[in-house]
Amino acid sequence: MKTFAALFSSLDETNKTNEKVRILKEYFKNVPDEDKIQTLALFTGRKPKRQINSTLVKTWAMEMANIPNWLFEESYHVVGDLGETIALLLPNPTATQNKSLSAWIAEINTLANLPEADKKSWLLSAWASMEQQERFVFNKILTGSFRVGVSQSLIVKALAELSDLEPAVLTHRIMGNWDPATFSFIELTQQDDGSSDISRPYPFYLAYAIQETSSQSKSAAEIEEALGATAHWQAEWKWDGIRAQTIKRQQEIFVWSRGEELSTDKFPEFHPFLNALPDGTVLDGEAICFANNCPLPFNVLQTRIGRKNLTKKILSESPMAFIAYDILEHEGVDIRQMPLNKRRQILESLHRESGLQDVFRLSPVVNFSSWEQLYELRKRSRDEFAEGFMLKKLGSPYLVGRKRGDWWKWKVDPLSVDAVMIYAQKGHGRRADLYTDYTFAVWDQDKLVPFAKAYSGLTDKEINQVDYFVKRNTLEKFGPVRTVKPQLVFEIGFEGINKSSRHKSGVALRFPRILRWRQDKTIQEADNIETLNEFLK
Amino acid sequence: MPAKPLLEFNDNGIYCAAGDFYIDPWRPVKRAVITHAHSDHAKWGHQTYLAHTLSREVLKYRLGDIELQTIDYNVPVLVNGVQISLHPAGHIIGSAQVRLEFKGEIWVVSGDYKLEDDGVCTPFEPVKCHSFISECTFGMPVYKWKPQQLIFNDMNNWWKQNVSEGKTTVLVGYSLGKAQRILQGLDMSIGNVYTHGVIQNTHEALGRNGVMLNPTIRITNQTDRDEMRKGLILCPPSAVGTPWIRKFYPYSFGYCSGWMALRGAKRRRAADRGFVLSDHADWDGLLKAIEATNCETVFLTHGYTATFSRYLTDIGFDAHEAHTLYGGDEASTADEPDISLVDEHGEVIQNGTGAEKSDNEEPGSTDSSRKSGLTNQEKSEALKKAKKLGGAL
Repeated sequence: MKTFAALFSSLDETNKTNEKVRILKEYFKNVPDEDKIQTLALFTGRKPKRQINSTLVKTWAMEMANIPNWLFEESYHVVGDLGETIALLLPNPTATQNKSLSAWIAEINTLANLPEADKKSWLLSAWASMEQQERFVFNKILTGSFRVGVSQSLIVKALAELSDLEPAVLTHRIMGNWDPATFSFIELTQQDDGSSDISRPYPFYLAYAIQETSSQSKSAAEIEEALGATAHWQAEWKWDGIRAQTIKRQQEIFVWSRGEELSTDKFPEFHPFLNALPDGTVLDGEAICFANNCPLPFNVLQTRIGRKNLTKKILSESPMAFIAYDILEHEGVDIRQMPLNKRRQILESLHRESGLQDVFRLSPVVNFSSWEQLYELRKRSRDEFAEGFMLKKLGSPYLVGRKRGDWWKWKVDPLSVDAVMIYAQKGHGRRADLYTDYTFAVWDQDKLVPFAKAYSGLTDKEINQVDYFVKRNTLEKFGPVRTVKPQLVFEIGFEGINKSSRHKSGVALRFPRILRWRQDKTIQEADNIETLNEFLK
Repeated sequence: MPAKPLLEFNDNGIYCAAGDFYIDPWRPVKRAVITHAHSDHAKWGHQTYLAHTLSREVLKYRLGDIELQTIDYNVPVLVNGVQISLHPAGHIIGSAQVRLEFKGEIWVVSGDYKLEDDGVCTPFEPVKCHSFISECTFGMPVYKWKPQQLIFNDMNNWWKQNVSEGKTTVLVGYSLGKAQRILQGLDMSIGNVYTHGVIQNTHEALGRNGVMLNPTIRITNQTDRDEMRKGLILCPPSAVGTPWIRKFYPYSFGYCSGWMALRGAKRRRAADRGFVLSDHADWDGLLKAIEATNCETVFLTHGYTATFSRYLTDIGFDAHEAHTLYGGDEASTADEPDISLVDEHGEVIQNGTGAEKSDNEEPGSTDSSRKSGLTNQEKSEALKKAKKLGGAL
């Protein structure tokens, strides 16, 4: 695993994509096939099952490092990563080994049935045989928290260059449910696709945003300038649900969410219409809570997605529908290269033939004859329970991954308020040991009421400035949380707002983030709770 | 024990009432004893300075024409009846611990220190005392340094690799301390070492003090870029991301600091290589140093003071946190802001003079008027006010 640990450090040490691809290719050339496929699995989020829970891992690490629990916790807050904290705290190694990545993963997978004492002695001797970097990567794999700052497209690029396969082909082959123990590197890279996996989804086509922030808002004229005549474009509402792909093949059904998670069981409402579809049908669409012909707010969906057991109560309170917007496979044939308008016709005819249109819905095409008209319609997005528009070129094929040009998302400008930062907490990962997670408040008469937490939106430079402020203006500490002098004002943006009995302010926000730091404003100029309540109406 | 302790912390710095002088004061005072020449410890504007002999030229370079008395290690002087002596702190050239003795009571102020002998400055010597005022910049058990030779080996190998790839090697480290330590650890057979002006000026100041360092070449507009590709450039953190550094493209840049021990901090710097090299004591070093003083009481001035004092209390020390404004060089992962923060009345509470910038300061410039952070009184007032505002919090 030393080679794998070294790969991890080398990837950490460069921000240049070409360099990352070079490092990956070099690595793939030099490791055995079992390690290649394990690496691919880890880099695409297919982690081995966690065999020892993190509490035990933590307890044994504290024992070995001989430090008290509170000091371990403090260290964790500074480091921002459990695997790294443990790797740093453990004493220097007393032994050596040269086991490969796949050998270690094989050992981890045999732990399941061992008694706790055996697990412990296995882990302690594993730790004692590793240097810090190897330990870190090992801990990440062991605790099921392995993540790497390399996008799937980069690893695919490296493999494509080594295997002479098209990146899109490889991307498709590594979709879905495969197990590095049974899927071989040879199978992955042979010229003909030998897979018989009927559950395998297609890679999702993702759109770029026309405007990343409201301050870069585009006018109708600018859209026209960039996209050309409206006649070439189809507009649909952008639904605020979960992107999903449904598969019906050989009398079996599968539902995949965008996180490449097989979630067929999470959507029992879909089963009847999927079972009724012809074999060899793959649809792309949005899973969304829906009642009385109307989408429900996202927080209804949120209360449902985390549940293991879908009780009757949950099912009746948060019924789901599938809003279809594309078809990728028809009668068992991959039709992704067909133009969108042709695919749409097939989709519409399938929808017409389905008798279950309450659940199997079609994303309506919004008629418009000028960008100006669409611009005006977009302002009504929230009334339509949508986040804005999706713009798709009528002649576009269904591409792989995020691609510029044919598909765009044109989101509605976020709602926003000016709020005062009152609490701060340290971040994780790249933001470890920096105060980057803030709680914001608005006025309720003469008191500041917290209403949102936000982590993103500031530049690195601004984060450093706020961190500096927090460290010097702390009023009180509660564990990792600091109460700071109410002084800094930020504009907080959010996509939606709902009533909430769980929050002190009485509201819950959808995707709150910092739009900008209002250094020109004093805390007296921040908004009050009535402004938020206005949005609820 | 006398009713009043020999040293106390007030809004100006660490104060000795019996001798009427300060140690490393952050506001202008009459008489200042300086542990070392870093800008957060040696501020401009005091009437008189007392420091170690080897700090003389750097202090004059950084602070201009000051009223400065210098002494060697272990040579006591008397100030209003308080005996002051300096002892090696091993932090940078000329860095000292300040030992005070008055009516049989002994206090030691560590300044910044490290235990490893870096081969450049006089190694740290423990000094027995009743009360020890210690830094704890890296007072967390996750910080454990490797012997510097291992780091230098990595550094030299990386340099060689860059030469073979035709890339300029840029190493970033503080101009006073880190730069000299790196320079003496480099394998000079690989190539020439080039310096940013601030570092070269520091080296020349040290030279006037009789300090001998490996030869370096000051970078000017005339310096041959192709030759530099085989060499190594030493520059301060303030040069990172500036047009000055971009001129050397293609280059690989390495960052030398204790903070490089954590992946998050390393990724934030976006350095090609992070070298864990610190001039502060690590966790084990701090514990060892404190034990060696045989002290009865410890005060922790900067770094992870809360955690470290709690741990010391747990293992039986009488440990306290002290509020100071030190921590300019390595003591904060964050760069200081270069814009001003304004309070609710629109008053500037903090000017944007960065600590890293101060590395770049011209002699005689001032940042002593800066009021960074809150005094204890301001803090309790703000807390009262916030509680009134946020009763529901």
